[in-house]
Parts: sequence; C-alpha cells; structure tokens
Amino acid sequence: MDELTSVFVQESREQLASMESGLLVLEHQAPQPDDINAIFRAAHTIKGASGVIECHFIEAFMHKVENVLDRLRNGQIQLTSRLTELLLQCCDHLGHLIDVLEAGNPEPDESLQTAGEALLAELSRNYLQSSDPDPDARSMGEGEASLIAHSVDVLAAGGVLIGDSWHISVRFGPNVMRGGMDPLSFLRYLGTQGEILAIETLPDAMPVAELMDPETCYLGFEIKYQTRGTKADIERVFAFVQDECELRIIPPPAKISEYLQLIKELPEEDMRLGEILVRTGALTQAELDAGLEAQKAASLSEQNQDGDAPQAPVQIGDILVEEHQVVPKELVEAAASRQAQISTKKAADARLIRVQADKLDQLIDLVGELVIAGASANLLAQRSGQTELVESTSILSRLVENIRDSALQLRMVQIGETFNRFNRVVRDMSHELNKDIELIITGADTELDKTVVEKIGDPLMHLVRNALDHGIEPTALRIQRNKPAKGRLELNAFHDSGSIVIQVRDDGSGLPVEKIHAKALERGLIQAGQVLSEQEIINLIFEPGFSTASEVTNISGRGVGMDVVRRNIQALRGTVEVTTQEGEGTCFSIRLPLTLAIIDGFLVGVDKSSYVIPLDMVIECIELHADQTDRNFLNLRGEVLPFVRLRDIFEIEGTPPARENIVIVQYAGEKAGIVVDQLMGEFQTVIKPLAAIFRHLRGIGGSTILGSGEVALILDIQALIQRCVRGEEKALKQQALLKAG
Amino acid sequence: MSTVERLLLDSELTINHALPLKQQLLQALERSDTLELDLSQVSDIDTAGLQLLLLAKREAARGNKRLAIVAHNPVVRQTLDFCNLASYFGDPMVIPAQESEVQRG
Repeated sequence: MDELTSVFVQESREQLASMESGLLVLEHQAPQPDDINAIFRAAHTIKGASGVIECHFIEAFMHKVENVLDRLRNGQIQLTSRLTELLLQCCDHLGHLIDVLEAGNPEPDESLQTAGEALLAELSRNYLQSSDPDPDARSMGEGEASLIAHSVDVLAAGGVLIGDSWHISVRFGPNVMRGGMDPLSFLRYLGTQGEILAIETLPDAMPVAELMDPETCYLGFEIKYQTRGTKADIERVFAFVQDECELRIIPPPAKISEYLQLIKELPEEDMRLGEILVRTGALTQAELDAGLEAQKAASLSEQNQDGDAPQAPVQIGDILVEEHQVVPKELVEAAASRQAQISTKKAADARLIRVQADKLDQLIDLVGELVIAGASANLLAQRSGQTELVESTSILSRLVENIRDSALQLRMVQIGETFNRFNRVVRDMSHELNKDIELIITGADTELDKTVVEKIGDPLMHLVRNALDHGIEPTALRIQRNKPAKGRLELNAFHDSGSIVIQVRDDGSGLPVEKIHAKALERGLIQAGQVLSEQEIINLIFEPGFSTASEVTNISGRGVGMDVVRRNIQALRGTVEVTTQEGEGTCFSIRLPLTLAIIDGFLVGVDKSSYVIPLDMVIECIELHADQTDRNFLNLRGEVLPFVRLRDIFEIEGTPPARENIVIVQYAGEKAGIVVDQLMGEFQTVIKPLAAIFRHLRGIGGSTILGSGEVALILDIQALIQRCVRGEEKALKQQALLKAG
Repeated sequence: MSTVERLLLDSELTINHALPLKQQLLQALERSDTLELDLSQVSDIDTAGLQLLLLAKREAARGNKRLAIVAHNPVVRQTLDFCNLASYFGDPMVIPAQESEVQRG
C-alpha cells in the first residue's frame, strides 16, 4: 500500500467516525443544519479523496450517500429513523470498503458488493427519487411544476460543483490606470499568492477605436484560482483598487446557481460569459445548459402561474429574487464564511503532524537512556565535590526531566475517542436487546498513554456489553422494580495518584452473589464450606471459564470473558475491581498506570540494596520509633496503619540501623507503610521490564538502573499492600479461631 | 492590392506612451491591409499597452485586415501568456533556446 493510500485509509476512518458520531447526535435531537452539514462534508471529503487515489468502488458508493445527504441538507427529504439507520449501515459498509482497500484488494468480494448494492438500492429508491413520485396522476400544470421543481433540484442539489478552486471575476474601473496602478500587476501578485489555473481576459467593454481612451482601463478578467487562503486574503490582493473595481469571488464548492447569478450580474452578454466560464473550466457546457434551461423554465412558470404549484414556486421564487434584485453578496458571503470555517479547520489540522509510532518509541527509549546517563553524571558530579559541576549537572538533569515529560506527553492521547465508540455500541445493542439505555460519558479529556488506549478498547468493550446484556434489566422489569425505565450506563475516567481509573458503571441488577457462589461451587472453583467474604465471591467472576448467564446470547455469556478482561488489564500493569450492590448496579473500575516507560520514583535503601517506590504513591515519610517495632501496624495520628518490612520480605541479612524509616504509600484508597533503612530521595526511573522468568514474581514491578550502574528493583506497591492487608486478616482470623477454640 | 506594413515599436508599451501609441497603431492599420508588428524592442508592457494591442487586433478584424505580431519580446510574450491571449492574437511565437542568456548578456 503506498503512502497516499495509507493516509487516505487513516483519514477516511477519522471522517467516518465523525460521520457516525454526527448521525448518532441527529438521532437524539432535532437535526440542526450544522450537524447535517458536518456529516455531508465528511462524506464529501471521503468521496473526493477516494477519487484522488482512484479507489472507484468507494467513490461510487459515497457518491450516492453524498447525494442523499445533500438532499437532506437542502431539506428535500426529512430525516427519519429508518434513514438514520440506513446511513449508519452505509457507514459500516464504508468501513468494510476501507478494510478492503487497506488489505490491498482491487475490489470488494461478492457478498460485500451485494450488501453495498442493497444499501444503495434502498437509498435511491426511497430517498433519491423526485419528491413527487407520480406526476402523471396530477393535473398538467402541477406536472410541469414538479418537472421544474426537479430541474431546480438539479440546480440546487446536484448543482454543487466538485473542486476546490475559487472563481474570481474582476472588472477594473476606468480610472485605475490613471491612478497609477497597473491591473496586470495585481493579477501577477494574485498569482504569487496561489495558483491561477485559468484566466480569461475580457476586452468587451472597450468601445470602438475612435471613442477608446488609451488611458482608461476597460479590461475584465475571469480567473479560476486555487489558494489556501480565505476570501479576505483574495480581497486583500485587490485592496488598493477596491473602490474602483467590481470584484466577485465564488468560493468552492460553488453551486451552478452562483455562477448563473454571476452571469446575470456581469455587464457582458450572458452567452458570452457562459462561454468564458466554460473556458476557464468553472462550468462544463452541460452544466451551463442545464442551468440556463432551468432558469428559463423557472421564469416561465413564474409568469404562467402565480403561487399555484405547491412547492416549486418557493424555490423558484428564491432564485428569482436573487436574480432580479441582485442580492449578490449575501449568498456568496455566507458561502465564504463557511469556507473560512473549513479552512480554519484545515489550518488546525495542519498543526497536527502525523508521526510514526515507532519513531516516538525510539525517542522515548533514547530519553530513557538520557535519564540514566544524566543520573550517572549527577552522581559523579556530587562525588567530585566541585560546586560548579554539581550546579551545571543539576540544571542538565532538570532539563532532562522536562524533555522526559514532553516526550511522554507526545504519547498521551485523550480517552474520549475510545469512549465515543461506545455510543454506537450502546445504540445498536439497546435496539437489539429492546432496552432503553442511555450512555453517559464523563472525563473524556483524561489523557493516557497511546499504547494503553489501544489495548484498553477490547476489555472495555467486554465490560460494556456485559453491562448492557446482563447488568441492565429489561424495561418491564425496571418499572416493576421502581427504577427509571431508561437504563444508565456510565463511562468515566479520571486520574488518581499516578494512574488512570476508568469506570464502567451501570444501574442494573447488580451481581447476584448467591448465584455466583452456587456457580463457583458447581464449576469446582471453590470448595463447599469454604468461607469467603462477599468481595471474594464477587471476584470469582474473573476466574477462567466463569459465566452466570443462564443462556448464551448473541452478545455475551460465552464463558470467555471476565478472565480475559482481567488478563488484558494485568498485561498493562493494571488492575480491575468490581463493586456491586444487588438491585442497584455494578461498577467496574480499571486502574492503569499512566505510562509504561518512565516514572518519577522515590529511592529507598535497605542494607546495600536500593528499591524504587513510584513517587505518586508516596504520601509521607516518618521515622519508625523503636518501641513500635514489635507489631506490624502503628498508630498514625489515630489511624491504624499496617506496614511491612522490606528487610523481612526480601530476606535481607544484617542488622537494621538504629533509626528506620517508614514510607507511607497509598494505592486505591488503601494506605500502608513500608519500613526501610534509608530514604534516598526522588529519582527518575526508567522502567526496564524484568525477564520473562520473573513474570510470576509478586511485589516487584520491574527494575531500573541507577546512576552508579547498580540495579534497583521497582516495588509493586499494590501487591505489597495486598500482602500486608491479607497478612493482617489472616492473623486476625487465627486469633479469632484461637479464641473460639 | 494588398499592402503590408511593418511597424517597429521601440518605446515601452505603457500608459506613459499610450496616447501617441494609439495614434501610431491606428494610422498604420489604416494605411495597410496587413500590419506586421515588430515588438522585439519593446522593453515593457502594462495593461494600457495590452489594451492597445487588443484594440488594434479588434480594429483589424473589423476592417477585414490582418494584424500579426511578427516578433515578440519576452516581456510581451509573458504578458500575453499570462492573460491567456496568445491564441487570441494567434501569432506564432518564436522562443529562441538561448533567449534568457541573451537577455542577460
């Protein structure tokens, strides 16, 4: 696939997404012209671009879709739910077509082709016929009217001329040259601001030789022009002669009617101008003929019948008003301002640069190395004791830190795009399941690492589908349970101590604890008589091969599921938790690290080894008093704080120093203390994954290289805390058993 | 009997000389059936000059005469090209291969 095609594939996907989201918006609210325009533009862009890369099957398909959208935009057809449905299906089909292109196949296979034809057939049958399907059944006059209406349709709807060139029509005033200005120099300047595709010189205004004053300017020009600038930019070119020339600018995409208007307004004879427009390539002969024909017909019907025909006269009237009173500028202005909007958007797009992901990865790797090298330089400087050297290295390391942050920022994307995909999923599934469900998205602007975003889509999809299928009850049941008939599904994202939390919350029936327990027994996941807390039972749903759905539906309940979800999330160094309230709803919280590459760490030491604790999790450091050391928890300002001793966990020999320190960390709302020998301060930590052999090691998240070249282990705080908490629980249970015994 | 006159214009075809130029062109056209314009010495042309050429061409056509530009100066040729008028005048344009060098030399 060449580069152009791959750019097309990528951009079409984006346009497709905006089409789809636009359609979904339309479904919920009264159609706004802007919304329909946005959808139309997206479709138009895809069509245009597919023409450029000569992908004709997409171009042909989008052509019809675009026509329907155009009629919709012009209010010739109304938006019905069936039409929305159909257009959404067209979006899906387009997605498939893009897949075909991406796979490098010359054309879609037969089944896809048939599906596409079926869609197009329905579109043309129901939405592309003239608004009056059976003219014969009506009286002659009305029949004519509808014919006219149709040709006006052609003018107004089909009359959009594809192309992105402007048409400039300029007539220089007689005194321009006497004022010392040379019209040609303006045109030459115009040529430097863009590209003059075609130009026609019009000497028609020049009188016969005797009357001709050689110092008077008689010339006019019709110019086909291509530029990235706005209408104002073009006007600026002619600013010096603004008062003395007639300037008309038709921005792209122009309508035939605009050209017709231009022809009317200009002093030269209509036919001659028409020819000129054909010559500059603004119009084709056929378009011109059709336009003039329709115009003639329109004025005829105006004379013949006054307000008799139902719909047609309104539109014809519009055209006539424009022509007779020559309301010239407004229409053009309106079009031009829209054009300006588009071009600002284009400019905004232009500020984005597409970069290959692996280049970014390489940059991050290099920055990682830079951080390590910087740390080592820092260490050497400190050892050398030269103040100046220390100072300069500290400046360096601050800059490195900034570079690191910016480099990581490059990889950050907003999660909103991922969330928005679910609009469609929720819509389709609620139709399919016959439930009324509303999707509420919050925190869409929360940023996280691109690789994480890519990989979180599948697990999220699973959770959403589960919530829709099993979580939210059918409407009848909801009403019976005194809940609002409309179910709610919330997607939420926020940052929390160095991780991002993504929540999928529904207000459905919640997880049935007893059912899960029974199922787990049946599957042999737990033993009868095993005492489990409610939370432990609920967590069983993450075990492999567990599914509570009594029947397998189309959507979920195939028994592969939650375990896969958990595995995927764990692969991202994340966790998933579930809280549920029977009858009230369920909330899945996915907690993920913000980045997979570099973190701010807090370096601590035990004996001779060093360990890194992610700085975001550190709350405070306190000194451990000798008198507290006999138990594994302490009283922190009235709060019970369990702690672990790294020395014990890692079985480090040697005697602890007289004064030990406690680093208090927090993760997912739980606090714990970690007892270490020394606190060594902040440290930029480049995470180096451990080898596969250590994969099952709990409590260690990775390793890093210190400035001295030594290796330090990065602590997996969550595992440590869990260990802490479980240890305490076990101890308590044993105590309870002892007491009971 | 057809008369051919060749007119060598050696001033600049600009608004500064527009009045006399108009006379010169029209008179020459009156005298002959075919007017050959030699523009090789024209150092500059502006809209006024262009307009005069257009006028002359149109007058010639009106009187069933012929106006031919037999020698172009690059300045003239570029202007005619720019305005897409070369085919209107319909004269062969000779573009010497080494023109640009000659110009600078």
